Amino acid sequence: MTNPVVIDTPPGTGYLDLTREFDAPVPAVFRAHADPELFVQWIGPRGLTSTITSWDFRDGGNYGYQQRTAAGEVHGFRGVFHTVSENSLIIQTFEYLGQPGEVSLDRMRFEPLPDGRSRLVGRAIFPSVQTLERMVAAGMEHGMDEGYQKLDELLRAR
Amino acid sequence: MDADAALDRAFSALADPVRRAIVARLSRGPATLGELAEPFQITPQAVSKHISVLEAAGLVWRTREAQRRPVHLDAAALERLTSWIDRYRLEAEARYRRLDAVLAADPAPHRRRSATRKPQPAKENPS
Repeated sequence: MTNPVVIDTPPGTGYLDLTREFDAPVPAVFRAHADPELFVQWIGPRGLTSTITSWDFRDGGNYGYQQRTAAGEVHGFRGVFHTVSENSLIIQTFEYLGQPGEVSLDRMRFEPLPDGRSRLVGRAIFPSVQTLERMVAAGMEHGMDEGYQKLDELLRAR
Repeated sequence: MDADAALDRAFSALADPVRRAIVARLSRGPATLGELAEPFQITPQAVSKHISVLEAAGLVWRTREAQRRPVHLDAAALERLTSWIDRYRLEAEARYRRLDAVLAADPAPHRRRSATRKPQPAKENPS
């Protein structure tokens, strides 16, 4: 039995909420976000190799990582850890270098649950309502060709 | 709830590499069981079982044409699956399943580190 991801994007808002529970306590889940060696093991799609380019996990520290596809394409990501509060909260910026300037603000709260379990409560705030709506609309209006390409990508990546 | 259940079924159906290959093949056009079985070292009967799983997940459908009964990819289901929000959800699902695996592995050096340092969440957040 797996724990489902719950995602909510209230219409008219520029943010996206995400909730996920883990069969592991808060310190373990937090560590998987804090330790770059653990982070690269789960952040990228399967089949892509993730490499850390910078990692300064503290208030104001920056981070960057790259994901290399089997075909040799490299996708870069970077941001700044705005707030790091051990075992409770991470607030950071996030930017995909393929879409420079579209910087989102991500907040992740780590909540303890009974029986050694925990809950991650995340919110991604996009630069504008239009940015989020455009992304959602773009996804829904994909021509089938692109849809198939994306699925192929998804299937290849998994 | 229904959309979530449908997505879960589609996600589970696509967890199998043979079924992913079948869907990838069908994205280029309909095909018969025999044609789908060709690239694999498995019988048409085994392929038929995979098709039934994909059918139950709403990803493919079969024509009732008597002999050939070609299998088609359901374009609308695929589009739902590949709409941005579902892609985001699928990516998040996959990402956190990988995180589950990392947590389950719980490498020894980190276990040692956590054993020597007791977390004190409440005291560090006065408010």
